[in-house]
Amino acid sequence: MKPITPLLKVDNLSIELPAGFDRKYAVENLSYTLEAGEILCVVGESGSGKSMTANAIMGLLPSYLKPSAGRILLKGRDLLAMSEAELARERGRTVSMIFQEPLSALNPLMTVGEQIAEVMLVHGEGDARSRDERVLELLDYVGLPDPASLRHSYPFRLSGGQRQRVMIAMALALEPAMLVADEPTTALDVTTQAQILDLIRRIQRAKGMGVLFITHDFGVVADIADKVVVMEKGLIVEQGTADDVLNRPRHPYTRRLIAAVPHPDESATRAEAAGEPLLEVRNLQKTYRSGGGLFTRPRIVKAVDDVSFTLRRGETLGVVGESGSGKSTLGRCILKLTDVDGGEIRYRGKDLVPLSQAAFRPMRRHLQMVFQDPFASLNPRHTIGRILTDGPVANGVPMDEAQKKARDLLALVGLDPSAYDRYPHEFSGGQRQRVGIARALALDPELLVADESVSALDVSVQAQVLDLMQDLQKKLDIAVIFITHDLRVAAEVCDKIAVMYRGAIVEAGPPAEVFNAPRHAYTQKLIAAIPGRHWNPRAAVA
Amino acid sequence: MKTLEFLIQRLAKAAFVVLGVVILNFLLIQLAPGDPAAVLAGEAGAGDEQFIAQLRAQFGLDQPLYVQLLSYLQNILSGDLGYSYRNQVPVADLIMERLPATLLLTGSAFVFSLVLGIVLGVLAAYKRGSLGDSLIMTGALVFYATPLFWVALMAVLVFSIHLDWLPPFDMESIGAGYTGWARAADIAHHLVLPTVTLGLFFTAVYTRLTRASMLEVMNLDFVKTARAKGVPKGRIIRRHVLRNAILPVFTFASVQAGQLVGGAVLTETVFAWPGIGRLMFDALMQRDYPVLLGVFLVTAAVVVLVNLVADLLYRFVDPRIETAG
Repeated sequence: MKPITPLLKVDNLSIELPAGFDRKYAVENLSYTLEAGEILCVVGESGSGKSMTANAIMGLLPSYLKPSAGRILLKGRDLLAMSEAELARERGRTVSMIFQEPLSALNPLMTVGEQIAEVMLVHGEGDARSRDERVLELLDYVGLPDPASLRHSYPFRLSGGQRQRVMIAMALALEPAMLVADEPTTALDVTTQAQILDLIRRIQRAKGMGVLFITHDFGVVADIADKVVVMEKGLIVEQGTADDVLNRPRHPYTRRLIAAVPHPDESATRAEAAGEPLLEVRNLQKTYRSGGGLFTRPRIVKAVDDVSFTLRRGETLGVVGESGSGKSTLGRCILKLTDVDGGEIRYRGKDLVPLSQAAFRPMRRHLQMVFQDPFASLNPRHTIGRILTDGPVANGVPMDEAQKKARDLLALVGLDPSAYDRYPHEFSGGQRQRVGIARALALDPELLVADESVSALDVSVQAQVLDLMQDLQKKLDIAVIFITHDLRVAAEVCDKIAVMYRGAIVEAGPPAEVFNAPRHAYTQKLIAAIPGRHWNPRAAVA
Repeated sequence: MKTLEFLIQRLAKAAFVVLGVVILNFLLIQLAPGDPAAVLAGEAGAGDEQFIAQLRAQFGLDQPLYVQLLSYLQNILSGDLGYSYRNQVPVADLIMERLPATLLLTGSAFVFSLVLGIVLGVLAAYKRGSLGDSLIMTGALVFYATPLFWVALMAVLVFSIHLDWLPPFDMESIGAGYTGWARAADIAHHLVLPTVTLGLFFTAVYTRLTRASMLEVMNLDFVKTARAKGVPKGRIIRRHVLRNAILPVFTFASVQAGQLVGGAVLTETVFAWPGIGRLMFDALMQRDYPVLLGVFLVTAAVVVLVNLVADLLYRFVDPRIETAG
């Protein structure tokens, strides 16, 4: 019997890193196979080398990285032995790729139609007319509205989800046997992500394609994978069928990752926070106006529309919504980082809205913020010590006292005391976020606004930072407004959840209630879109 | 529709800008030391008080300043740029006579530097780190740093005096009486040295700008997308990289285009090119204020106009730019 050649066979692939990196190989002794009609998910955290294997298959590795051993066999032919010209013929025809950032993956100065047609053009397929027809067919196939006019649009006119659909249309133009998808839904909203995942799965079934899907999200894996490869630090630690890896993980690293997947604990009930309300927001309004000149009407967006809620000491309110829902604007309004158009923000009974910036300044120390991007929110030229002492010193705390406090805080957030004299670039994302939290706590705030504070972090680091925040909240009895796009995270850490949609809170209540019996149609849609809903990671590692 | 609206708005603003420039120039020039009447009288060889007073009255220089300004503005609005004190001809005629020569020179220099600069920049970026790249970038640095007048003098020394390849000055051979194509060829021959001299600095700027911009765009995601589509390298450079990298070059080119009229004083003086620059230089020396103000006005108008055209073109070069911006 003749053995059937698999669609893709990666055989003992190693890619050496140049000297000066923390490890010798970007990926080492990688071996896996992908059959036609199968979805293989490569899962790992940042720096695990998961994207590296995708780039090696496409021949898109940066010039300083060269595969040092092994083979990549596509339909039995070694891609690593091909010349650049041969490889260019295979790309787009036999194997195509879609990327993480739909915003930057399309050429901003070419219409989407031109970009799709270009695939066929450079591979010498058809004439101008048949290519045009195919473009319309593809745009329609990936579910984009009005293909006839959309193909003349420039990418900046399209939403993130639409752009990712264009990318998929482009990848499908020549009906390749294999699709490489590098985190294609990570940058998208959860409802858009669900649609794109659905589209990829549908196309894969219809065309019998093999899909290599790179992701960090186990929920996504649970939704689409047939087979799973788990990577850590350039090595494959575990591989097998999706059922085996997800429900019976053997390797400790896999078990740790799965344990860190946020999952609402349905049995747990939380003690109702009692006592005086710390913050009362009543009928808050914020409208953005843009454009508008001598002849044009301004564009008006209601970013925060009649929002009301109450927050007590020691309580966590989760504000959940997709991009553009106004959740971040709400956070900025409460901290008076932006003007409001109406309503009240009562902090300990005192309305903050009419206060001038000067009158509000002494109160600022009570209301602090932890930002989303741990890389951009710390001044790269200041030591951690300076970052932690600046706030207290500006509020009149003597320097030596502030320094002592800063060192205590470093211990509190689980950082080494030596961090005090170091600069932000010496820390990882998770560590920087700990610094961000310490910075906010340096002023002994009573209210913390955490705006997507764990979104940029790997899942295991995210779990640690969430634990830290919950722990600190209990210790210090502070109120937290937790702004996030991730319902799973919110359900795990919050006492109450408010779902925002187009500036308004459409539903609010305890997590279990919102999760299990959502009343508003939008909440229902949001919950239905959560990846891996039918998979219980807690049971897998129990 | 939006474009028309944009155009009307901008034209209205431009008119105010030019008016402001005219008033400012008029007032500033009063601050300059020296009296046109005295200079004229001195050149005529008659320096007595009465003659100077007569000259003053003739040119309206004895009126109060605001009266002079108002009458000047009135004249300009009716299209009259005034009368040259010295040459006794209308300023408008003087300028129109000199303008073609200047536009020919600056226009050639503009095209020369833009084309050469972009080609060299693309080559340097494409062959990054190679010997060719180093040579191009060193050359660009040298011409970026060297003063224009020195380049001009050296060029005359080498190509005209030693090698005798190119004529050192003037716009055409005096007294040769060429007509038609022969005349065009003669002018082109005279044009080479001043064009290259004037254009080299901007060539260097464009080369550096194009190379840096190309290298930046080459690292963007959509270039990776193009490679993943199987687009050949040459086409990636042309269609994806260069097309996006050209935007900053375009911005700088509009700055150079603004100097089409006023930017060649030095070159015109060195090469005795009969253009606006020399007219301005002579007028300054002779305190011929109406001519000087006229040249300033035309220069300002061209700068404003070029800016307007550049903003309009920008919307074709980059579809993301909206009128409102």
